Amino acid sequence: MNIIFHIIKKEFIQFRQDKKMFIVSFFAPVFQLLILGYAATFDVSKIPMAVCDFDNSPSSRTLIRNFTSTEYFRVVGYYDKTSEIDNQLDDGHASIAVVIPRGFEKKMGAGQSAPLQVIADGTETSSATIGLNYAFVIVSRYSQNIVLESLIKRGSVMMPARLSTEFRIWYNPDLKSRNFMVPGVLGLLLMVMTMILTSLAIVKEKELGTLEQLVVTPIKPYQLIIGKLAPFFVIGVIDVILVVFFASVVFSLPVKGGVLLLLGLSLIFLMTTLGLGLFISTISRTQQQAMMTAIFFFMMPMVFFSGFVFPIENMPTIIQYISYLIPLRYYFVIVRGLFLKGVGMSILWTQALALLIFGSVILSLSVMRFQKRLG
Amino acid sequence: MKLWVGKKEKQINNAQSDLEYAVVADRLTKKFGKFIAVDHVSFKVKRGEVFGFLGPNGAGKSTTIRMLCGLLLPTEGTASVDGFDIAKQSDDVKAHIGYMSQRFSLYEDLTVEQNINFYGGIYGLDGKHFEERKRWAIEMAGLIGKETMLAQALSGGWRQRLALGCSILHEPPILFLDEPTGGVDPVSRRNFWDLIYDLSHRGVTVFVTTHYMDEAEHCNTIGLIYNGKLIATGSPTELKHNLDRYSIFEVHCTQPVDAMELLRGQTWTAETSIFGSAFHVSTFNEPDTQKKISQVLAKNKIQTERIEQIIPSLEDVFIHMIAEEDARKDGDIHL
Ligand SMILES: Nc1ncnc2c1ncn2[C@@H]1O[C@H](COP(=O)(O)OP(=O)(O)OP(=O)(O)O)[C@@H](O)[C@H]1O
Ligand SMILES: [Mg+2]
Repeated sequence: MNIIFHIIKKEFIQFRQDKKMFIVSFFAPVFQLLILGYAATFDVSKIPMAVCDFDNSPSSRTLIRNFTSTEYFRVVGYYDKTSEIDNQLDDGHASIAVVIPRGFEKKMGAGQSAPLQVIADGTETSSATIGLNYAFVIVSRYSQNIVLESLIKRGSVMMPARLSTEFRIWYNPDLKSRNFMVPGVLGLLLMVMTMILTSLAIVKEKELGTLEQLVVTPIKPYQLIIGKLAPFFVIGVIDVILVVFFASVVFSLPVKGGVLLLLGLSLIFLMTTLGLGLFISTISRTQQQAMMTAIFFFMMPMVFFSGFVFPIENMPTIIQYISYLIPLRYYFVIVRGLFLKGVGMSILWTQALALLIFGSVILSLSVMRFQKRLG
Repeated sequence: MKLWVGKKEKQINNAQSDLEYAVVADRLTKKFGKFIAVDHVSFKVKRGEVFGFLGPNGAGKSTTIRMLCGLLLPTEGTASVDGFDIAKQSDDVKAHIGYMSQRFSLYEDLTVEQNINFYGGIYGLDGKHFEERKRWAIEMAGLIGKETMLAQALSGGWRQRLALGCSILHEPPILFLDEPTGGVDPVSRRNFWDLIYDLSHRGVTVFVTTHYMDEAEHCNTIGLIYNGKLIATGSPTELKHNLDRYSIFEVHCTQPVDAMELLRGQTWTAETSIFGSAFHVSTFNEPDTQKKISQVLAKNKIQTERIEQIIPSLEDVFIHMIAEEDARKDGDIHL
């Protein structure tokens, strides 16, 4: 016990003396959170829109007003030739165009389906998709209203029902991708901080030869491992607290499901990242190798297959299966669940269990490898 | 009753051999894949002696020392350190040895005192006893007044003495030093060897590897390791007796390389090797070999400045033994 204390004490003295390390551990997470939270949002507003209204009827004008009354679209001009629309899109003056063909109102009045063309600039896929989605919502809302009106006119609906056709996006009502990003950033940060720093700290001692010096002392491998991992465990916990604090103060994004539950589940997640860090240290000789291994063989696949960048449901089936092996996947569900939905253990226990199993396996595997290499 | 006596006797015997020998290696072997780094090495190190393990780069010195310290498991053979089996009782071995690896391993970003505190803590020292040991280590390393300096700011000689201090805080009876004086200036080397003698006088057994012949001369016993094989052991004087069959001459002349080539072709010479601007040639103990050397050189118009018979140095011995080993191996291959 005393020996573990001496190792931890040494780690903290070294940590305090290494300013770079201090900055990386505590400032970088906050900085990254702010940057990603503010700048790298996928939100789209004021999409420049070109309008080509061949019908020029009250109905078509209402539809266009439905577009312009939202904050998502901004009309850059009204045109009466499709070629001009093409020009606007090509030049990048407009990202989306709405073309209402002649006879739009008449067809609608006759109860026929009225075609409508929405063209989006596909070079900017994400904003095009989002723009098209918004357009779809607006158009469907509009058509529902029309149908409702005509039904009322024909007397099919007796009650003048005020049906709410409001389109609601659950859990993230403002459709702010920030709300989706911030919890994700927490997962990424924890992984980077603990997995990479742990592996580097151990491999550094290997490089310097101090590890060999330690191994000839009567120290037990478990003491060495606990002593080396404990400081990064503490750093991880502090990072969770920092992120929770800044998320609620700066982005008004409180942990609806409770901070304590988040902390508790984060501890289980830390078990997996520290285990992976230890594992990487057993397969690398130099700090550079450890860094490369951590980034290319662990971090990148994890980021891509965990659902941070692409939704898991859209991935090929095989990759969906692979993603079950990625602890970050479970942690994302946990953080997003706790931040956005405010769900509790009754829903998250499967994720927690998965992390616990993964953590125990990787940790014992790494401890075994570490011991064997020293023995 | 008899059985019990027998058992007790055995214990006494064991204790006596433990008393006499600090390290016993028996056909110790380490293979890395197919490569044999240490090949059936056997030797005994007496308590309190300075045992020098000498050999060229890659000979297997560090590998041997790492097996003895419990850092590597032997592929074959056994060894005991302070009476403990290195494979089965490595924890006991570790508690009774001090080890300084080839790159003296200190924490560069810790101060002198923090380094000592850390290693002391790891060895379970505390209280007044630890304070005493710390003071002793700082004094021994000549680091009084430098306690708060970062280890990386120390020059080579000091770092090395600090590393030595850290590895013997717990007063181990046996000390393993792997090339402790590599890359250190001659004065610091001298100082370091004074520390080694000092420890040895206090009864500490010192097992030290080195490249330096002058250091080897100062050991009580030397083991010469070459290509993983221990090719000779003995005191410096004993080893020099290996050359009793030969006479060694130092030759100063105009074209030493050509001269060596010529002499090597003679039936009455054994080895030639360059020593500074001169060279050494060993001849079988026949009459008039000195005259024969000058005749051969004169015949080939090489001007000799001086030829003198010398007392063989350890270096002569080792060159000779390595050449013999190489010749024996070549012989094996031709067979
Ligand atoms: N872990 C290892 N894996 C493979 N080969 C190794 C390993 N350690 C050492 N060797 C090889 O074993 C041989 C002996 O190495 P060792 O370090 O014992 O030599 P040495 O006598 O200490 O040399 P030096 O004077 O350079 O320190 C070398 O050829 C080395 O390359
Ligand atoms: Mg070596």
